[in-house]
Amino acid sequence: MTEKIELKINGLSVTADSGMTILDAALRKGIYIPHLCHHRQLEPIGACRLCLVEIQGEWKKTVISCKTLVKEGMVVLTETPEIQKIRQINVELIVADHDTDCLNCFQNTKCALQRVADHVGMDKKRLDRLKKPDKLLPIDDSNPFFTFNPNRCVLCGICVRTCDEIQNIQAIDFVHRGLGTKVAGFGDRPRLESNCESCGECIVRCPVGALTEKDAVRPTHQVKTICAFCGCGCGVVLGVRDNKLVSARGDLGNKASKGRLCVKGRFGYKFVNHPDRLTSPMVKKDGNFVEVGWDEALDLVADNFAKNKGDKFAGISSAKATNEDNYVFQKFTRAVMGTNNIDHCARL
Amino acid sequence: MAGLATSLGSGAMTNTITELGDASTILAIGTNTTEAHPIAALQVKDAVRKGAKLIVANPKEIELCRFAAVFLQHKPGTDVPLLMGMMRVILEEGLEDKAFIADRCENFESFEKSLEAFDLDTVEKLTGVAQDKIIKAARIYATQTPSSIIYCMGITQHVHGTDNVLAVSNLALLTGNIGKPSTGVNPLRGQNNVQGACDIGCLPNVYPGYQQVTSPDARSKFESAWGVELSDKAGLTHTEIFDALLEGRIKSLYMVGENPVLSEANASHAIEAMEKADFMVVQDIFMTETAELADVVLPGAAFAEKDGTFTNTERRVQRVRKALDPVGEAKPDWWIACELAKRLSAKGFDFSGPSEIMDEMGSLMPTYKGISYSRLEKGSLQWPCPSEDHSGTPFLHAEKFGTETGKGKFMPLEYKKPGEDTDKEYPLLLTTDRSLFHFHSTMTRRVYGLNVLGKEELLNIHPEDAEKLGIADEQMVKVASRRGEVEVKAKVTKKCIVGTVSMGFHFAETPTNLLTCCELDPVAKTPGTKVCAVRIETI
Repeated sequence: MTEKIELKINGLSVTADSGMTILDAALRKGIYIPHLCHHRQLEPIGACRLCLVEIQGEWKKTVISCKTLVKEGMVVLTETPEIQKIRQINVELIVADHDTDCLNCFQNTKCALQRVADHVGMDKKRLDRLKKPDKLLPIDDSNPFFTFNPNRCVLCGICVRTCDEIQNIQAIDFVHRGLGTKVAGFGDRPRLESNCESCGECIVRCPVGALTEKDAVRPTHQVKTICAFCGCGCGVVLGVRDNKLVSARGDLGNKASKGRLCVKGRFGYKFVNHPDRLTSPMVKKDGNFVEVGWDEALDLVADNFAKNKGDKFAGISSAKATNEDNYVFQKFTRAVMGTNNIDHCARL
Repeated sequence: MAGLATSLGSGAMTNTITELGDASTILAIGTNTTEAHPIAALQVKDAVRKGAKLIVANPKEIELCRFAAVFLQHKPGTDVPLLMGMMRVILEEGLEDKAFIADRCENFESFEKSLEAFDLDTVEKLTGVAQDKIIKAARIYATQTPSSIIYCMGITQHVHGTDNVLAVSNLALLTGNIGKPSTGVNPLRGQNNVQGACDIGCLPNVYPGYQQVTSPDARSKFESAWGVELSDKAGLTHTEIFDALLEGRIKSLYMVGENPVLSEANASHAIEAMEKADFMVVQDIFMTETAELADVVLPGAAFAEKDGTFTNTERRVQRVRKALDPVGEAKPDWWIACELAKRLSAKGFDFSGPSEIMDEMGSLMPTYKGISYSRLEKGSLQWPCPSEDHSGTPFLHAEKFGTETGKGKFMPLEYKKPGEDTDKEYPLLLTTDRSLFHFHSTMTRRVYGLNVLGKEELLNIHPEDAEKLGIADEQMVKVASRRGEVEVKAKVTKKCIVGTVSMGFHFAETPTNLLTCCELDPVAKTPGTKVCAVRIETI
């Protein structure tokens, strides 16, 4: 049973649930504590050290709020001169090692590092001194669907933990040490050569622009629907721009999939835009298909079907089509064509 | 499907996907879940992370084996002896749920008698699985409850697939692992809407809602609803339709969204059959290999271009919404069928849209009666949903089973040989499998990135077999069966057992189903594509 716990954060009364961290309690109350490595679906690791807070009273000390659980009567300050000092150096060290060509980054305006830097502030002089000469690490674009740019990575480990805790695949981890640390497949091999399944769950959770979808385009509107591949029935939110599908993301509210998608669900929608799509009814004339209008095609089909009513007719329907499509199709076969010769590919 | 309808009274997944995450034991048999149902597999892996025990039974060493407490690598086509062996252990050790058997089940005695043939020595010999593994699996399944069973085409696509399904349901009944959360018998359905297509009656023997076409009551209900006289004869199944085309009994074929040239077992037989049709219409989104054979091709709208509903593998009816206009002149499938009906002077096809179609469906199907578009706007619903105030059914058989007597029916089983035997000429068994990166063929082959990740068909073969035949990794080989032959690149891997090879069927360049067997299960009429005898030669 979760109990209610009362505490004070920055002088505000906060009601939290037992087992909650100070960071979660603060964020739920709308109090921002800077953080990079926290993700509400993952176990906290306390890597970025940005979410420091000070606990006052008998438990007085400075702790990281993402790994400290709330206690009854706790008094917490999220901003003190001492914390600000530590945080600012942390942020400067991260930014100094970051490719700051933000306008050319897909995460621009949605980036957690931008928000952290904006909140904490930086000393420009010190930052310039810390900044390494531009020496960019090679980009891993081996995967056909996404790119990993280590120059934009903050080593928060969210992708590593997603691959482990959510997907249980463990395709990537930290490789090398110290300044040379980066995220890569086993033996620092490109992602295409790892056992990555390209589900894209790490891209979704990357707080910065290190993991981005190739050819990513922002949609003008989005529509909640259901994936068209296997029988799991995952909720997918499709993005549309100029009457083309340009994006897909998991629908967090879907009860079957809870926001998760596999490689087909996330990237497989692209067949809808394929230039080979059939765009017009076609009739075979002298062995070749000729495009015709709907009226001509439907008249021809109806005339021919009329000749073979009853058990000389068979309909094969599709487990890809909707219930409504299939209902009308079986009704057509039974009520109009007069036969129960109707099946679909359930057995295949 | 036919199997579960006999023993439990409903052919669908008994429980819900997310319930798997809370199971204490999961038996995954004949399913390569991480490849074919990746999101359901996440629940399995979650459960293991939380301490559940996973038992994997599969002829091939699949990804899920990494998480398994026991891996039963049985020979293809020996699911019945494997499961019967487990049940024998459960009974011998007194691990069965006696109260559940007495109160909720019937026909136990004749089933128990049929177990006599499955002593563990025999089972080990048939399946190739060591006895201690079978004992371990049986104990875990029976004692660490709640236990869920998931299965897929590895169980059903056999000439005796119905027996396999019955063996699975016997196991669940024996231990009372059914009718409760995180238990059950859970067939993972392959296609996005295969459950729905069955529910709404795209089957030759039942009207929408599994109402038998041979039942006079059901027939008169649909006759009065549709205002026509209906045939009282069950129709032909998918594979039988192709036989009837060959024999000239069927002359016209109307096919929506399917590509049997690649997906049908013994594909050359299907191609010959379609070529014999007097008139064939294919409605699809691409010019498939099958559409090429048609007289008329009609452009359908893709899933993102229309409104409607899909019913997923856990009986969940969910709203599909139109995101963009169909390309060119493409139209939703329901619209096309309605237009044809009107041209044939039929009444009852004046639907204003999918919502009205759903209303008609609900009025005729008790399981969908409480489902409407206005309710689906607020969230999905799992059938049975018999009334507008019913919140849907996450797991079936809580109080009683759907059989006539309301009891779960044990079914006596015997061992039957796989459809095809190996011999001197065809010494190896071929089984088909699937790839994470592809879904059948038509859609995924047209997504560039998916073809980078899953770029070609491979024949998986054990190093011992490969050495015997002088085959090196990545070498091109010829695979021949009694029905056809294909060329394919070999992948030498210990993931297969000696004597068994496997291939997918996603690539038109490597039409695996030219090889497979279309002998049917006598009840469910599912082809036995999972077992076929082959010979492999170097080229």
